[in-house]
Amino acid sequence: MAKSDAFLEVDDLAIHFGGIKAVDGVTFSVKKGEVYTIIGPNGAGKSTIFNLIGRIYDPTHGSVSFEGKRISRLPTHKIVGRGIARTFQNIELFEMATVLDNMLLGRHAHLGAGLLSHMGFFPHVRREEERHRHMIEEVIDFLDLQHYRDQRIAELPYGVRKVVELGRALATEPKLLLLDEPSSGLNVEETEDMAFWISDIQSILGITVVMVEHDMTLVNEVSDRVLAINYGKVIAEGTPEEVQVHPEVIRAYLGGDEDEPAEGPKEGEGDGEG
Amino acid sequence: MRYQFKTEYIQDIRLFRWGGARAFWTLLGVYTLIVAGLNLFMPGQMTALNWVGLGAVSAVLYTVVVRKVAGDALWYGLLGIVVLTAPFVLDIYFVSQLTLVYIYAIAGVGLMLLVGQAGLISLGHAAFMACGAYVAAIMSQQGYDLLVILPAAVLISAMLGFIVGLPALRMTGIYLGFATYAFAYIFEEVLARADGLTGGNNGMLVEMPQLFTFLDGVKIGGLELGPIVIDNEVKLYFLSLALVALTILVGINILRSPTGRAFSAIRDSEVAAEALGVNLAIYKTAAFAISAGMAGLAGALNAYFLSYIFPEAFTILVSIELLVMVLVGGLGSPLGVVFGAIFIVMVPEMVAIAKDILPPAIGEQPGLKNGVYGLILILFLIFEPLGIHGWWLKAKTYFNLFPLYKQGLFKRQKSYMVSERDR
Amino acid sequence: MDKAFEVLWRIIAGASLVAFVSPPFLFLFGVIDSSALMLYLQQVVSGVANGCVYALVALGIVLIYKATETINFAQGEILMIGAFLAFTFINILGMNFWLGALLAAGGTALVGMGVDRIIIRPMVGQPAFAIVMVTIGFGFVARSAVSMVPGWGTDSYAIERPFAADVFTWGEIAISYDHAMIVATTVVLCAALFLFFRYTKLGIAMQASSQNQLAAYYMGIPVRQIFTLIWGLSAGVAGLAGLMLAPFTFVHTNMGMVVFRAFPAAVLGGFGSIPGAIVGGIIIGIVESLSGFYLDEGIKNVAAYVVLLLVLVLKPEGIFGVVHRKKV
Repeated sequence: MAKSDAFLEVDDLAIHFGGIKAVDGVTFSVKKGEVYTIIGPNGAGKSTIFNLIGRIYDPTHGSVSFEGKRISRLPTHKIVGRGIARTFQNIELFEMATVLDNMLLGRHAHLGAGLLSHMGFFPHVRREEERHRHMIEEVIDFLDLQHYRDQRIAELPYGVRKVVELGRALATEPKLLLLDEPSSGLNVEETEDMAFWISDIQSILGITVVMVEHDMTLVNEVSDRVLAINYGKVIAEGTPEEVQVHPEVIRAYLGGDEDEPAEGPKEGEGDGEG
Repeated sequence: MRYQFKTEYIQDIRLFRWGGARAFWTLLGVYTLIVAGLNLFMPGQMTALNWVGLGAVSAVLYTVVVRKVAGDALWYGLLGIVVLTAPFVLDIYFVSQLTLVYIYAIAGVGLMLLVGQAGLISLGHAAFMACGAYVAAIMSQQGYDLLVILPAAVLISAMLGFIVGLPALRMTGIYLGFATYAFAYIFEEVLARADGLTGGNNGMLVEMPQLFTFLDGVKIGGLELGPIVIDNEVKLYFLSLALVALTILVGINILRSPTGRAFSAIRDSEVAAEALGVNLAIYKTAAFAISAGMAGLAGALNAYFLSYIFPEAFTILVSIELLVMVLVGGLGSPLGVVFGAIFIVMVPEMVAIAKDILPPAIGEQPGLKNGVYGLILILFLIFEPLGIHGWWLKAKTYFNLFPLYKQGLFKRQKSYMVSERDR
Repeated sequence: MDKAFEVLWRIIAGASLVAFVSPPFLFLFGVIDSSALMLYLQQVVSGVANGCVYALVALGIVLIYKATETINFAQGEILMIGAFLAFTFINILGMNFWLGALLAAGGTALVGMGVDRIIIRPMVGQPAFAIVMVTIGFGFVARSAVSMVPGWGTDSYAIERPFAADVFTWGEIAISYDHAMIVATTVVLCAALFLFFRYTKLGIAMQASSQNQLAAYYMGIPVRQIFTLIWGLSAGVAGLAGLMLAPFTFVHTNMGMVVFRAFPAAVLGGFGSIPGAIVGGIIIGIVESLSGFYLDEGIKNVAAYVVLLLVLVLKPEGIFGVVHRKKV
């Protein structure tokens, strides 16, 4: 069981795909209110850790606890109800729906009325919808999305989609936000906006953030602590400054199969389970 | 272009945009007032032609008086008048054709929710129609009231849909199409084999049902009440009209409620839907159950419409016909389904007319109807993926934007489904 | 959950396999007599022959699916066109059987290429289901059009063949020449296809285009033309299958319904695997033949679909399939 002071507690987590150990005994804990970043070369297993926390995969062994309760046996759709929301590396929005509908889907975990009353669209459904809509409008104001409210995702540029996905995660009223490469595919200006929002999310909304990120400028700007992993194993943990000069980290980036320097250009292509 | 200033969020979830409901009732009110007045002062003058004339007069009056407030609702109001007066004006043949349109539209709304909204493919909807039809036929034989029969047909078909939806939890895309087809084929075979109950391949006659049997022999102040027997085309017409209105209302309600949103979430990204708390098991099976329930209702009405049913009447061709209907009509809107239903009922008529003109080598062929369906389906899918509803949208936008409409306005809209190998 | 399904699948598949191979042993141990065993083998042989037709249709479907992600519901109608072409060349024009068969296959290949060029190519990039519906639409049109061709119509025909509709015996098992020809053609065709994909430049280009369109395109392979050729190849195979199906169902506008037996075969083999399609087709043929003989004629009709449902629910990736996992 988890230690009482830790907010998110990942304990000896591992998953094997066939013979490949994508995540191999990773342990870390995140404190309430901090921004915690996971870095590592492509294929290190960062997104896989997110998918394990989000219950998209079943871990081979190890456990994940949130607020002192074990969540690594919950069904996938129950995770958001515990207060964990996430974004995806390659954006998983509902392409054919409007921005508004995407955001409103973020309220799904807070629904009261059931299917039968939806068929009748009774007054209490109407009132509930209106209530959720008020909340969504707050998120839209927070992220400056007013202009795109009624547009379909398929019509939006990539940068806006990224923000909409963040908004959809915020609409779930999470306690913990998992951001999978929030800056990938964004230009410099958009990345700066993203950094502001992440700090605001931490300071104004008081939401704990765990993110996977390649752009070291963004990482340095917003992270309280950084975890570096390679080949599914933890190689360093500490403040951004400490981790960047850690010999193991430098070797992982420069001496491994990857040619990517630690402070090099950000990496738009995904890293995966492999 | 009409600008809408948003004063309240509820605007986005209204049944008729721009105050439609209110306008509809006003129009109906205007019409009834005039009819009642004329009846009072000129008894015996109300022939069918006058009914239509009055409809037109009140529509014009209404346009002048209420148009400023109403907008779109004018059309809904007109539609209301047309469908309510149609059976008194039209030839009985056209009345039954309209009834068929309503029946197809009921099944179509269900299929549209499943295929268009939830992105789940069914090649087995004929089986749900068959289920509803046989439930209705068997229960009418036992002398049950329609008030019992119809809910039973809906519920039993929905149960069947729920069961068929279970494999949907393990597969997506066209695989689901195969599974539903396999199920429908097996179901058809079962109907043919269970001849004790269904008459097997010989089929069974459908007795005309009764509505409000509990009123039998009830008297209110000397006025003797009795059950309504649905024994002619006009009564069946009104029954179907009421049910299609109800189905479309339920369909629209689902589309604008969180359930409809969850369906579209499943369609566009199952991973994200689950991460947001959408229980795939519940929503997928619910989509199947709702869709099957509506197909079952259509099947029950179809049984009364045909008055004779047999398993071969519900083959895969019917399932495909339904899919053609929702695709040609345009996925994603109940209006499109109605267009599709009109299309599917009209094509055989057109073909019948064309037979007289075409050379006998072509015109005499029994396969001509399906060939025309196929050709139109191909043309729509290639040139107008939004279906007839797409034309409607474009025409509306054209008039709203006149003279600013430009050609490429709808270019970016793709059709309404996604289905990939890796999902 | 998934594990339970897997175990259930293994039990069912294992039990079926044991039941399938048991009769010779039952005979050895004296449980059944030799005539019962021969009857059984007779059914297996005719099942294999029917299964070969399913296999060829499934093969065509899988070829197209692997390359273009399109599931061709009109494969049955293409087969029907092939049979009608063979009927025209052999019966009406009085050609030699083998020449007629070759010309029919070639003609069907042209039809297939035309289908790709005219109705499939404008749909590239559309959702898979829309393309499926287009092929269904083409199927409707093809059936209707064939019934309008003078001399074809909606009647049933038999194609004249050089060998009598006779049987030869092998041990106590009677094998019809038609069945023998089906099996022989299937074997030859599979061998030829194997060599084609393995050793010819075109075959390798087809494989490359199937695996990664973009990479193939960058390597200078004209992917669109390759796809058209794949449609032609697949249609040609279907045309031959139509010719071989003709002695059993006759040449008729509705003979394309065989495609609904080929889908279970393709799914069972793991949609996308060519050997899978062949094995799947033969298994479906045997299951149908045995269940029809030992159980009930009605069961025979649904047997393929029961297998299909079982596979889809318990093991959607089929026998030879690969699990696809979406990356998030």
